[in-house]
Amino acid sequence: MFAKSLRRALCSLWGAALLLGAGSSFAEYPLNLTQGATDISHKVYDLHMMVFWICVVVCVGVFAVLIYSIFTHRKSKGAVPATFHESTTVEIIWTTIPFLILVGMAVPATTTLLALEDTRDPDMSIQITGYQWKWKYDYLDEDISFFSALATPREQIEGTAEKGENYLLEVDNPIVVPINKKIRFLVTSNDVIHSWWVPALGWKQDAVPGFINDAWTELSEPGLYRGKCAELCGKDHGFMPIVLVAKTEEDYQAWVNEQKGAAAADAAAATKTWSMDDLMAKGESVYKTNCQACHQAGGEGMPAAGFPALKGSPIATGPVAGHLDIVLHGGKKNPAMAAFGQQLNDADLAAVITYERNAFGNATGDVVQPSDVAAAR
Amino acid sequence: MSTATTHDDHHDHRPSGIMRWITTTNHKDIGTLYLWFAFTMLLIGGAMAMVIRAELFQPGLQIVDPQFFNTMTTMHGLIMVFGAIMPGMVGLANWQIPLMIGAPDMALPRMNNWSFWILPFAGTMLLSTLFMEGGGPAFGWTFYAPLSTTFAPASTDFFIFAVHMLGFSSIMGAINIIATVLNMRAPGMTLMKMPLFVWTWFITAFLLIAVMPVLAGAVTMMLTDRNFGTSFFDAAGGGDPVLFQHVFWFFGHPEVYIMILPAFGVISEIIPTFARKKLFGYSSMVYATASIAFLSFIVYAHHMFTTGMPVAGELYFMYATVMIAVPTAVKVFNWTATMWRGSMTFELPMLWAIAFVFLFTIGGFTGLMMGVAPADMQYHDTYFIVAHFHYVLVTGALFAIIAAAYYWLPKWTGHMVNETLGKIHFWWSVISVNVLFFPQHFIGLAGMPRRIPDYSLQFADWNMISSIGGFAFGVAQVFFVFIVIKTIRGGEKATGQVWEGAHGLEWTVPSPAPYHTFETAPEVK
Repeated sequence: MFAKSLRRALCSLWGAALLLGAGSSFAEYPLNLTQGATDISHKVYDLHMMVFWICVVVCVGVFAVLIYSIFTHRKSKGAVPATFHESTTVEIIWTTIPFLILVGMAVPATTTLLALEDTRDPDMSIQITGYQWKWKYDYLDEDISFFSALATPREQIEGTAEKGENYLLEVDNPIVVPINKKIRFLVTSNDVIHSWWVPALGWKQDAVPGFINDAWTELSEPGLYRGKCAELCGKDHGFMPIVLVAKTEEDYQAWVNEQKGAAAADAAAATKTWSMDDLMAKGESVYKTNCQACHQAGGEGMPAAGFPALKGSPIATGPVAGHLDIVLHGGKKNPAMAAFGQQLNDADLAAVITYERNAFGNATGDVVQPSDVAAAR
Repeated sequence: MSTATTHDDHHDHRPSGIMRWITTTNHKDIGTLYLWFAFTMLLIGGAMAMVIRAELFQPGLQIVDPQFFNTMTTMHGLIMVFGAIMPGMVGLANWQIPLMIGAPDMALPRMNNWSFWILPFAGTMLLSTLFMEGGGPAFGWTFYAPLSTTFAPASTDFFIFAVHMLGFSSIMGAINIIATVLNMRAPGMTLMKMPLFVWTWFITAFLLIAVMPVLAGAVTMMLTDRNFGTSFFDAAGGGDPVLFQHVFWFFGHPEVYIMILPAFGVISEIIPTFARKKLFGYSSMVYATASIAFLSFIVYAHHMFTTGMPVAGELYFMYATVMIAVPTAVKVFNWTATMWRGSMTFELPMLWAIAFVFLFTIGGFTGLMMGVAPADMQYHDTYFIVAHFHYVLVTGALFAIIAAAYYWLPKWTGHMVNETLGKIHFWWSVISVNVLFFPQHFIGLAGMPRRIPDYSLQFADWNMISSIGGFAFGVAQVFFVFIVIKTIRGGEKATGQVWEGAHGLEWTVPSPAPYHTFETAPEVK
């Protein structure tokens, strides 16, 4: 696979050199900005292309003069240097013309910017909260709230499994929105600065802890759009994608009802008493999504980078109360350990703590129930 | 290294060996020290870039873990900006400003010694963070809070101290340049007769004095937030993480002009020499440089269009930003007009200067595109910006330093550079640097964020091409080390004039320039 792709890259190097102008025809070599799926994204694309062509025209003009001069005004061709070295008229002309071009550009740029920033009169609002390294979506009008994290298996990232088509662009729970509604996004963060970016919408918006930024979109066609975190937010910045699904009004309502049913099931799960095997199975999947990036699959951690091992650790093999405390409330000394009490429900927390205390050779035999978690909150 | 000064001056009492370099107050020695320091840092920072490009060669994680990858992007940026480009430019200033204005030395030679000797310690401290528990700084060279405060490794305090020291060094260097230019010019050399390289450095020095204290303020606030319970950048205590970005970019935007204005000066020296024609529009070049310097203070928040600024702020910063295109365009037009109907030859410095004009122009145009705020909502934090600032800083600032080295090496060493080797270095670099950075425009527009160790599959081919270009460009610069050392050790003897079309005081002294020059001030008509 490696040799093949290397060969392909080398071939394409020559191909690219020859085909740069006509290059947009081959899909394997993305070249340009997406036109996107909204009115705003089309405006942004048009503006981008307009400025691009202005730059190309000026660039070609200047380069043509330079190249002509380089080939003609050579000493080896007997060129004798001219003596002119200043002209106020010329300086004024080539100061004024760029200025006028810029004014011309500023007009469409201003109208597009004003439209892009006009978040007034939305039909619905969704709060987006960035976490290290996942997104949380709160539907403010519907009482729906969930996390959305990378769904690409670790094995694909580490190269022990073939990479799927949507490698690093797939999540467990996509954000779902209805079409033909003006949706306002309220963007914030729980820890560091993130940036929520779906290119098809035409913008990105920083998620700043302690502050709420807003942005909006209105999609006209059902579809699936992928994006990524765009602001460096720590170790797994490259691994927190976004998937946005736009549905028709009926499909969206069906999805809303389904979510409310799932919330009821979660509430039931939190009150029942679980068996060790069920907790271990659930715990393993919660661990993979939430813990494995730092503490690693075998619980060995990455001590050199400041992420401690769980295998044989004093917390995971010591008193249950201490373990509950750090998972619920985060690391007091090490802020890299998030407070998962805000992120996971009692059943998930009970499962993952049980898993950590009985996996990786940590054979404590402890079983933590959702009721224990509720008591420790 | 001492071959630069093989002509023994009998009235000189400098110590020999290592003590000569530690105690020196001679502008030529200190210039040499700066240049070797910058060269070393260029290779270290370049090695980090090689790690980055190796990891990005293919999708998936192969070579380093994501935390170390972030450390590499952070340290690469910091070392190239503060360790390679800035000291490289100061090295050129030290060597050339006294020679070009007919002064015997810098105005404040002891401070000159100190401002250099801070650097190796600051650089070593910065690099030492790589070996500390928890790893080195991993929050990007822009070190946005709170990733760099609450969420940063313990080594960040060493990073803060290193930045403070680098700032001291820069401020002292800048004071020295201003004092030298204002007080040490030869009789008859009025300000408007100064070579453009001196002018651009003079303006740059004011930028440095204005903004390095702002950077010091930013890192000091980080220090107290981290260790002494303040909340400048923490909303929970009444602060604001975005305040950090305002303070940082109030420093950071003039900083990019600190790196590029002296480069403009170098190019404005080289092109007239090899076109055998006076620089077109000398005074408009001076005014354009001053305008760019002024504008650089009032456009900084174009780095922050996505932070949630009020729309009025976005409009203002968009308008102000695109205005910078005007004086920048004037510069490019003036260089073009200087070449027009000249009598050009294409020795090594001219090749690099021409490459600068072409490639810097490309970087300038992508900068204009990003100044357009609504479009920047898409470009921001993608590889498009990575491509932009590498065109400006590698094919801009770095190419200018290399051009300057080829231009003045005969004056410094007394030997001409081997043209064949130099041409191999030039074509090798120019081709590979475009293979390296041009595809980054495409993957950026197509949606690849910057600072990620792994990427989705549609970016795979361009990344591989970019990495191949990167490795080739890296090797080319190791070859440059070989060329420089070979030139120091020997080669065709250089005349005092060196280049047929060269004008200026530095060409009136022999090559290599004697240890002491212009002890009696020359007369400028």
